[in-house]
Amino acid sequence: MTVMEQRGVYRPTPPPAWQLRTDPAPLLPDAEPYRVLGTEAAGKADEELLGRLYAQLVRGRRYNTQATALTKQGRLAVYPSSTGQEACEVAAALVLEERDWLFPSYRDTLAAVARGLDPVQALTLLRGDWHTGYDPREYRIAPLCTPLATQLPHAVGLAHAARLKGDDVVALAMVGDGGTSEGDFHEALNFAAVWQAPVVFLVQNNGFAISVPLDKQTAAPSLAHKAVGYGMPGRLVDGNDAAAVHEVLSEAVSRAREGGGPTLVEAVTYRMEAHTNADDATRYRGDAEVEAWRAHDPIVLLERELTERGLLDEDRMRAARDDAEAMAADLRGRMNQDPDLDPMDLFRHVYAEQTTQLREQAAQLRAELEASNEEHTDGTDGTDGEENAR
Amino acid sequence: MSTVAAERATKKAAKPATMAQALGRALRDSLAEDPAVHVLGEDVGALGGVFRVTDGLTKEFGEDRCTDTPLAEAGILGTAVGMAMYGLRPVVEMQFDAFAYPAFEQLISHVARMRNRTRGAMPMPITVRVPYGGGIGGVEHHSDSSEAYYMATPGLHVVTPATVADAYGLLRASIASDDPVVFLEPKRLYWSKADWNPDAPQAVEPIGKAVVRRTGRSATLLTYGPSVPVCMEAAEAAVAEGWDLEVVDLRSLVPFDDETVAASVRRTGRAVVVHESGGFGGPGGEIAARVTERCFHHLEAPVLRVAGFDIPYPPPMLERHHLPGVDRILDAVARLQWEADN
Ligand SMILES: Cc1ncc(C[n+]2csc(CCOP(=O)(O)OP(=O)(O)O)c2C)c(N)n1
Repeated sequence: MTVMEQRGVYRPTPPPAWQLRTDPAPLLPDAEPYRVLGTEAAGKADEELLGRLYAQLVRGRRYNTQATALTKQGRLAVYPSSTGQEACEVAAALVLEERDWLFPSYRDTLAAVARGLDPVQALTLLRGDWHTGYDPREYRIAPLCTPLATQLPHAVGLAHAARLKGDDVVALAMVGDGGTSEGDFHEALNFAAVWQAPVVFLVQNNGFAISVPLDKQTAAPSLAHKAVGYGMPGRLVDGNDAAAVHEVLSEAVSRAREGGGPTLVEAVTYRMEAHTNADDATRYRGDAEVEAWRAHDPIVLLERELTERGLLDEDRMRAARDDAEAMAADLRGRMNQDPDLDPMDLFRHVYAEQTTQLREQAAQLRAELEASNEEHTDGTDGTDGEENAR
Repeated sequence: MSTVAAERATKKAAKPATMAQALGRALRDSLAEDPAVHVLGEDVGALGGVFRVTDGLTKEFGEDRCTDTPLAEAGILGTAVGMAMYGLRPVVEMQFDAFAYPAFEQLISHVARMRNRTRGAMPMPITVRVPYGGGIGGVEHHSDSSEAYYMATPGLHVVTPATVADAYGLLRASIASDDPVVFLEPKRLYWSKADWNPDAPQAVEPIGKAVVRRTGRSATLLTYGPSVPVCMEAAEAAVAEGWDLEVVDLRSLVPFDDETVAASVRRTGRAVVVHESGGFGGPGGEIAARVTERCFHHLEAPVLRVAGFDIPYPPPMLERHHLPGVDRILDAVARLQWEADN
């Protein structure tokens, strides 16, 4: 016995061993993005699914080019194109059941359309006539989200609520590589893992956050690696390989549905167009880089696979193109009509019940409109109790 | 039961209760009545919240209804948004006023405007409980009065009780509201007591109504939350000076009860706005402007403000110099008289 122990001096007992609750190894992503097309795995892929993915990719590309054209005609205020990223968009929509929820960012209009939302409604925000052009509950698509990563905790909360109610609903939330640096990304992943919420996070790593490349965004080995710190699996997938994205997301959705908790999926892809029509991409990247990615175009990859296996002929390709063309023509036609806007809408949905303050302001605007003879469509002044009572 | 009999029954069973207890009772009753109500926040479970407002809720309703969350305010409010999207009514506790700031993004960009963004399809029936204000000797970041930030955000209701009964009634009304409510709890009144009967059914006050706490004819003190008892004290002290002050407790900052306020100021012809938060860009400026717009011809003096200084909240040993007290209020009232006489 030492002198100090004899005197009864406090000696700390060693703390309980720090426990690793989870072996990190199974959570770690593979070193290389998972691929299906052009590999042996492709032979096992469901042919019907590949055909559906192909039709949707062709449609999605056409949707992107059409929406971009609409910005040039001044019909859309802005359009963040997902050209080159269609495989992610389409797979995200197709892996969900009807009861599941999609939480898109501003770039993910195509995912919403692939899920069944009317293309015109999907463009309401970007056209500028209202913020959300649809009832989110009807399609189970959250409003397109502009503040980065803020939709991620919403997805966690919704999935958590669904599970509390006993519904086997999964939420799939989409975010860009830049968005992974936001605090909300961290908080959402942490909550999801602690609550074992049925959520799938899909990061579309398209190389840039506006102009900032990934290596200035993060020092992590990959974005998928971030999952491990929260205690959820991280998966790395080739984001231009529609079959691979679909497979990885399907697995993650099934796991979530069966109570296995959240997954973080990083899809490595490339943004072929500028950030939006307002951006000048030549300031931060060269043509050679863009060209190199053209060979890895999601449509090219799938077309090659399908053709080699004799699953795609001229007729089928034409059918896909015709379908896409019809969608584009319809979109163009309807977007070329001016939306029917009622200025009194400004006051209708601020509160469930109109405040006296807003009632006064609505009356002011109505008087201004009447003085200028501008039409407001339904003759009410935005203070109508029933309309506000929803 | 006749009103008189009911009142007698209430009085009989009334016993001293604190504001914190009344708030807890409101949460309990809301949880019991509506399975959609969920309480979440930091330490709201076993501990019962740092102010013990959620005491016993997890025990009674289980961890799914009263949930200890990870320590992340944006995450708490952000997940509450998703829960509300799925039809729940989350009641979120922010531990202290200044710790609600990480959640501002969610509050302003989503909670406040989700109804509007979705044209009414997606209401956000979320109650955000924020203990606020000073006077409890809190160290830095524990005494902010952030009501001006919330008031400046369209889509939010902002309410604050000053009495034990209102704490219960307003919180019940907030949780029942289909719109988001920032429910500001005056920290230094948590332990204020009143005779209150927790067993009798309580009238739930509608949000948006001010109340005249004391009638008077010389001038109106317009105030809310922690400053209400201070104004009541000032009104009593003013009697010695020959002034008969009316005290209006606003209770709700958004929506604002222009009617009650204007009616009072038209009666008295003079008004002082009293609050703890800074005066510059503070709630008092808005209130004074509204009063002036509505009552200009009835006013016999400019509307004055007695507010906290325009400084970061001071350290506890100096806060008594910052907080508007009885003397500062009476000084302002004296200035009203001077303005009227000259
Ligand atoms: C909170 C927030 N900060 C800044 C912006 C402005 N902004 C819009 S898009 C963007 C880059 C986002 O990059 P990334 O997350 O990689 O998504 P991508 O646009 O590449 O799909 C920025 C900085 C924003 N929308 N939200």
